[in-house]
Amino acid sequence: MPNHAPTEVGVAYSRAVVQVGVSSRNRRRVRLEERIVRGFLFLCALVGVLTTFAIVAILFTESLGFFEQVSVWEFLTGTVWTPTFANKSFGVLPLVTGTLLTSLIALVLAGPVGLLTAVYLSEYASPRVRRVVKPILEVLAGIPTVVYGYFALTFLTPLLQRFIPALEGFNALSAGLVMGVMILPTIASLSEDALYAVPNSLRYASLALGATRFQTVWGVVVPAAMSGVSASFLLGVSRAIGETMIVAIAAGQQPNFTFNPLIAVETMTAYIVRITMGDTPHGSVEYRTIFAVGLLLFFITLLLNLASEMVRRRYRGARV
Amino acid sequence: MIQVASTPQWRARERRREQLFQLLGALIVLFALTTLVVLLAKILLDGFARLNPEFFTSFPSRRAANAGILPALVGSAYLLLLTAAIAIPIGVGAAVYLEEFARRNWFTRLIEINITNLAGVPSIIYGLLGLQVFVRTLMMDRSLIAGACTMALLALPVIITAAREGLRTVPKSLRDGSLALGATQWQTVRYTVLPVAIPSILTGVILSLSRVVGETAPLLVIGAVVYISRLPDGLTSPFTVLPVQIYNWTTRPQHAFHENAAAGIIVLLALLLTMNAVAIYLRNRYQKRLPI
Repeated sequence: MPNHAPTEVGVAYSRAVVQVGVSSRNRRRVRLEERIVRGFLFLCALVGVLTTFAIVAILFTESLGFFEQVSVWEFLTGTVWTPTFANKSFGVLPLVTGTLLTSLIALVLAGPVGLLTAVYLSEYASPRVRRVVKPILEVLAGIPTVVYGYFALTFLTPLLQRFIPALEGFNALSAGLVMGVMILPTIASLSEDALYAVPNSLRYASLALGATRFQTVWGVVVPAAMSGVSASFLLGVSRAIGETMIVAIAAGQQPNFTFNPLIAVETMTAYIVRITMGDTPHGSVEYRTIFAVGLLLFFITLLLNLASEMVRRRYRGARV
Repeated sequence: MIQVASTPQWRARERRREQLFQLLGALIVLFALTTLVVLLAKILLDGFARLNPEFFTSFPSRRAANAGILPALVGSAYLLLLTAAIAIPIGVGAAVYLEEFARRNWFTRLIEINITNLAGVPSIIYGLLGLQVFVRTLMMDRSLIAGACTMALLALPVIITAAREGLRTVPKSLRDGSLALGATQWQTVRYTVLPVAIPSILTGVILSLSRVVGETAPLLVIGAVVYISRLPDGLTSPFTVLPVQIYNWTTRPQHAFHENAAAGIIVLLALLLTMNAVAIYLRNRYQKRLPI
């Protein structure tokens, strides 16, 4: 250290030294304190495990009550979802197709655009362009989803209706597109990390063989980063499937069994919102549906997250 | 796959492809920028006219022109403070345990994997968790404290990750120095590691908490109510928050309520911007003070 004035760290040291007592009573006290603190910190770390445990336990026990009244087979293969009607039907597929439809639309937008952004940023862009684009992506990632929902409903849907007259006021298309903008930063930044991890020796070898930059990027770098890129896609889809506000606001609340993006659909998340916002009596079958749907949602996103993690782990291991 | 041929036509084609891709890249950048500008412009145009003093001091109303965001704003502030009070000690505690105390064994691995997976659980699932555990089982009802507990669990994985990154910025030499002087592990953490790491921990934690301010879905599920006739005056009061109020106004068919929603969004974004600015300020202010 160049100057000899007491620094913050230095003061901290001396305080620590003062604390270290020499008498045996003091030593016992310190040891006890150490044990207590350690136990407390361990409990803090345990809260996460307990949370997972609680989530799984609640989803399972409440769903169990539901599946006593409705068979799992009917739930998973039925194509009519009307738990709140007099004539009840518990086929979850309309909610699943609604979720898949909006998420796929989001991926169709955010996949290619995210990958191109990542390639452009990591292989082409000057530092100046990067300094502009990275913050834009960060701001897009930080915008609350309720704001995106407002934007989809009041701006994108009216705009698209000018070109597609058949588009309904609530529809999967604009919700999906805006959701694509929402997951774009995730896909772009994770893909960029993957491209960045490709060693330069591969690029040099390709260029030395006479390949152009375009050929190097698309024939060598992108294929080498493919597992990281697919991991980012999987994570993006998982985000889209779990996203609630955009679809609850802009995609509608009608469980239509359809892949038509122009009409209203209802996703699993939007359904949970609709039931909890309404006055469905606690303990009824209708009420328990939200836990069965939640369980399905939990499993789908968990599988996608695990798949993404596995794919990413593979490319970490296979570094050249 | 890579064809090397040096005919002039081939070279011209390659050049064109290269230029085309450069253009595409520029277009993509433009796409992101346009989206952001259009989104902000649309919201400012819709909502700016509603931003008068009465909007900040009024309660929600059936008449759009009289409606205000006072309870939502106060509710968001209370919820943020309560969530921070619950989540920061637990989150930083867990981070300290994992970084400074935990042995590398299967149980530590389990805790770590678990935290990673929790970060990927959809927020609405936390709503179901809060509904069943805090609202029903612990009988907190649809109260501020139930909301804060739910949001604390939601924020925890992100806060732990941020705090661990903060702790990792502390060089090992400081810990070794303290331990060599005879300090115990906890004394080292308390008097040496934490004082140095706190600015960067705080930066990460504030950024994680700004997510809480914008989060809507779990609060809808546990039942943040929209019509409130008086401000929350205790932990067990019913409450509403900005995003829930915005959602409610957005789902009304009348255009006048959409203006309210847009005005509410402006307030929400301003709040988020302030929190981020504070985080960045803290980072810049304390970053250079480490004397090593």
